[in-house]
Amino acid sequence: MQHSIEELEELARKCRIEIVKMVYRAQAGHPGGSLSEIDLLAGLYGTTMRVRSDDPDWEDRDRFILSKGHASPGMYALLAERGFISHDDLTSYRVLGGVCQGHVDMKWCPGVDFSAGSLGMGLSFGMGCAVAAKLDGSERRAFVMLGDGEIQEGSVWEAAMAAAHHELGNLKVILDRNRIQNDDFCESQMRMFDIPAKWKAFGWNVKEIDGHNMNEVVEGMQFLSETNDGPSILIAHTVKGKGVSFMEDNPAFHGAAPNDEQYALALSELGVTV
Amino acid sequence: MAATRDGYGQALLELADNEKVVVLEADLGKSTKSLHFRKAYPERTVSCGIGEQNMLLVAAGMASSGYIPFASTFAIFTERAFEQMRNGVARPNLAVHLCGSHGGTHTGTDGSSAQSIEDLAIYRTLPNVTVMHPSDEVSTRILTKRLASSSNPSYMRTARNKTPVLYDDVSEDTIQIGKGIELKSGSDVAIIACGVLVSEALKAADMLANEGIQATVVDMHTIKPLDTTLIDNVAERCGCIVTAEDHSIIGGLGGAVAEHLSMTSSTPLERVGVKDRFGESGQSDEMLELMELSAPHIRNAVHRAINRK
Repeated sequence: MQHSIEELEELARKCRIEIVKMVYRAQAGHPGGSLSEIDLLAGLYGTTMRVRSDDPDWEDRDRFILSKGHASPGMYALLAERGFISHDDLTSYRVLGGVCQGHVDMKWCPGVDFSAGSLGMGLSFGMGCAVAAKLDGSERRAFVMLGDGEIQEGSVWEAAMAAAHHELGNLKVILDRNRIQNDDFCESQMRMFDIPAKWKAFGWNVKEIDGHNMNEVVEGMQFLSETNDGPSILIAHTVKGKGVSFMEDNPAFHGAAPNDEQYALALSELGVTV
Repeated sequence: MAATRDGYGQALLELADNEKVVVLEADLGKSTKSLHFRKAYPERTVSCGIGEQNMLLVAAGMASSGYIPFASTFAIFTERAFEQMRNGVARPNLAVHLCGSHGGTHTGTDGSSAQSIEDLAIYRTLPNVTVMHPSDEVSTRILTKRLASSSNPSYMRTARNKTPVLYDDVSEDTIQIGKGIELKSGSDVAIIACGVLVSEALKAADMLANEGIQATVVDMHTIKPLDTTLIDNVAERCGCIVTAEDHSIIGGLGGAVAEHLSMTSSTPLERVGVKDRFGESGQSDEMLELMELSAPHIRNAVHRAINRK
């Protein structure tokens, strides 16, 4: 099902509201990276992913691996908007017995293809899905969302090297380049220098976009879909906390919940009248 | 004489009729013996280079897509990917079968950097994971083949060097995951061993027989799930137990047996294992002697156990 740019933007706005609500209710969680990734998730699921919400385990579905698994509110909001889980399920975020575990978990939540939460693991898992698809002669693809801080994990580069070696054209990465990690700006924690050049040097097809411009996001998804001569990566320049003024570009909201006052402000900024 | 790693390699070949069986390597296929599969079925073999962390999770991704992955490297190098095994394999309970070859001090002259003496202990702590250390080439082959129909992940340690073949004439039915094998029955002591020390335990039993002591010898090839029924049975019959493993005395077979016995009986237990130290370069037999793991040391432990009855 294809959507207009406006529809995709509206999908992302609705998800942003749910992200803020989830983190507020739990008084814990990761709003910053959820808000930075959500335009990309909306674009991916709205234009590209071949999945069935009424049959989430469909064998020939595309796989999506949220390797930055702590940014789960974004994933859960999207899954609810796309009908994999109910909006009611979103209240279970970080709650005992809940479908919405703190970090995305394939054993708990329909539509989640990998139990992430420990950084640096998703690309390898996605590579396994891609190898399996090739062996099966299937057209299915594996999409992996990486955080920018996450690529400081050495195992990411083991996978990057191996995926290019195996010429996995069905492996597609979206890098959420929001420039902030847990403790502070990436620049202060570990400078990563020329990130596109690094991936190119590892043999990947690379494209950069503004990860909040939905036209560019859709073009980026087309690039991923149409690039099949080896693995490809879409480096999306984003703003951590995008859409909520006091969270934007603020390392404090990597992993913190808004208080009552901030919550009201956030909702109003996202167009909710309370 | 034969090496258990050869049993692993042979089993992979015998499993190849199942098109879902795939093999993953981290540049040590010649050593772990997965190379035979690679040569025969290159399209179903994934080279991961010298990258163990990636290998474990590529295997996990393939398992989630319906494949039956067998990944191998040296036991010591699997440990680098422990968290991948924990978070990406055991936690989602994906049936990835990890084989660590060249385990224990028996590995020999490469020295302590290559002698894994903690692998059984660390993998035993993971929910869902079956942990095995077979004693001979035949049982390794049979147990590896059984893994292909298992729905949970596993870790199996094999050994580099040759040890006696113990199961040449047995029916395959006698070798089952999770069932210890009573190789010798006696009523004075039960020696519960795994891996390369099973044949040492048998030698120790012969020495003890000459002294008039009748030993039961159990090949406890599966450390998890532990065959507690058999342990309770031999504890009651023999009244004391000695465990023997080419592994740290902390957390491996001896640790597992101790944990169980502490809940069920006051049976004296002596543990033969690597005494909380690292190894060094030496031949296999020299290492078993230096680490006090060989038959005479098992016999001495039996004397200590009997004295505590």
